[in-house]
Amino acid sequence: MEDQGKAYWSATLGLLGKILAVWFVFSFGTGILFVEAMNGISLGGYPLGFWFAHQGAIYIFIALIFYYGKAMGDLDRKFDVHED
Amino acid sequence: MDLQTITYLMVGASFALYIGIAIWARAGSTSEFYAAGGNIHPVTNGMATAADWMSAASFISMAGLIANMGYGGGLFLMGWTGGYVLLAMLLAPYLRKFGKFTVPQFIGDRFYSQGASTVAVICLLTASITYIIGQMTGVGVAFSRFLGVSSDTGIYMGMGIVFAYAVFGGMKGITYTQVAQYIVLILAYTVPAIFISLQLTGNAIPQLGLGSDISGTDMALLTKLDQVVTDLGFGQYTTTTAGSKLNMFVYTMSLMIGTAGLPHVIMRFFTVAKVSDARSSAGWALVFIALLYTTAPAVGAMAKLNLHGTVNSAVGLETAADGSMKVNPETVKARADVYATEASLVYEKRPDWMKRWEKTGLLKFEDKNGDGRIQYYNDKTKNADAKAKADAAGWKGNELTVNADIIVLANPEIALLPNWVIALVAAGGLAAALSTAAGLLMAISSAVSHDLVKGVFNPGISEKNELLAGKISMAVAIVIAGYLGLNPPGFAAGTVALAFGIAASSLFPAIMMGIFSKKMNKEGAMAGMLAGLFITLFYVFAHKGIFFIKGTDFVNLIGGPNAFFGITPEAFGAIGALVNFIVAFAVDKVTKEPPEHIQHMVEAVRIPRGAKAVDGAH
Repeated sequence: MEDQGKAYWSATLGLLGKILAVWFVFSFGTGILFVEAMNGISLGGYPLGFWFAHQGAIYIFIALIFYYGKAMGDLDRKFDVHED
Repeated sequence: MDLQTITYLMVGASFALYIGIAIWARAGSTSEFYAAGGNIHPVTNGMATAADWMSAASFISMAGLIANMGYGGGLFLMGWTGGYVLLAMLLAPYLRKFGKFTVPQFIGDRFYSQGASTVAVICLLTASITYIIGQMTGVGVAFSRFLGVSSDTGIYMGMGIVFAYAVFGGMKGITYTQVAQYIVLILAYTVPAIFISLQLTGNAIPQLGLGSDISGTDMALLTKLDQVVTDLGFGQYTTTTAGSKLNMFVYTMSLMIGTAGLPHVIMRFFTVAKVSDARSSAGWALVFIALLYTTAPAVGAMAKLNLHGTVNSAVGLETAADGSMKVNPETVKARADVYATEASLVYEKRPDWMKRWEKTGLLKFEDKNGDGRIQYYNDKTKNADAKAKADAAGWKGNELTVNADIIVLANPEIALLPNWVIALVAAGGLAAALSTAAGLLMAISSAVSHDLVKGVFNPGISEKNELLAGKISMAVAIVIAGYLGLNPPGFAAGTVALAFGIAASSLFPAIMMGIFSKKMNKEGAMAGMLAGLFITLFYVFAHKGIFFIKGTDFVNLIGGPNAFFGITPEAFGAIGALVNFIVAFAVDKVTKEPPEHIQHMVEAVRIPRGAKAVDGAH
């Protein structure tokens, strides 16, 4: 049980790390740090970097939270720590 | 029916709805009062969280800020939404599993220390009270501008409404009114946005309209806007940053961490039944928030183009015979000369909405060159070309001052929308301010009645008396909030930065370490909270005065404004959080481990199994 708990927690941290990496790349990365390069590409009438800062990052945040909810639910069941 | 009557009807109907909910949703137990009974559906809670979160500032001011800042305004959009990812993954589900009524109680129990809980209560009260001042003044503003009553009367009415559902209904009453308020505010925000997007681009979805071509042309709206503002000497709309890139980065991070650490948002997640519900509920909250937050940049950019088009015919927007705004594709494509004499609007021919807003003082015209026309441009431009053209045209300085709030408040009038839409905006602004005020009041009163009265002074208090204490502290908090709204301290404008700074630098790191670092002890956590809080207050006070008292600023002592790598005081919360983490881990290293049972508690918090309804046991 002790080991099971440790494995569950390290799987959780792994998942969080992956999601936070995507979170960082598509807000701070494409929206701020590399915005000039991104603006070289157009998305309809939007320069892409501007779009990430004013629109895209928000859509990605939503997708990340729902993905997190689903992936955590799977982990809970895999390690048998889910709610009844 | 005239505008005034429709506005009264619309606002009156929304208030009747809130009162109706108040009567229906009275709280009979502490569980209902603090946690709405603990089985709110995740989607319902998401909607309530969205209203709780989106304040008068989000509704009234944000689009105007973005219009002024251009690309740099994205820091508010990303900062105030990205925090939900942190909240959903790092805090909400674990605090829900912990299963207690308040944030300070988690900090007190986890760090086995009354002192830690008290520090958390102080941070919570300071952050929430500073935040609530803005909501109360927002209520006053909405009343005075739309209903023609004095701002003071407006605040008394707002206090009365909140009193009805927050004192008797607690979290339960607040939850259901917030759902109703969300629906009112989102309609009020999106309906005018749809109209304005249709008028300019022919696309009914503002999020797509912002990326579309202007009607009848093959020129993108943003390209045209960039052209107009640079011709007039402003910075390019799609690329102007907010200070340095580093400042924008740190500012965004501070808003994200601050959002995740605000107690009135966190405690909404104590109302759902399960850990998995807390996870999905955060996603739903962000969906409902995003409806407004992705519309805001469209409103900002389109209203900015509209405003320039109103006062300068070279932009290519024309006023049709009925007064509505119409695109002239030929002028739009031609990039006509904005400095031509005939292009500037003759003051006497200005549209009615300008006359109305001039009365409020939010819009001001001063004919500096005495030609009877309105010249609206950047007279402090560094663009030599624009400056030469303005001088050659005999312009003697910018003649139009526009308060940023007008972008949302006057939007339906600028676009000549029917009166019921204008009335709806009034009701929406009030809904946004009242829903956030109620959430903050809930955080304040629960910290007082649960963490101080029950936690510190009278642990043996009966449930009935604790409920009474909760209701009394709610009533007192409303009176204090109302008083501060009626007599706003001179520093009111700077306080939102303080609320985020405190949440980011003290509460967020403490809660996160409480969950993610099993060995973090009370010495580390308390030293971290105090260090983060101190350094953030120090930097903010250096710029704005000690406790915002004029003349007590000491910015020269720290080496001038924004001395720390060009970071503005508003953006400093993330640095405070970093200091918090570093100090906490350093102190933790040299002091002894937390007791065994605390470490077991952390292990239990980390797994969903065994979650039960939140309760108030200390």
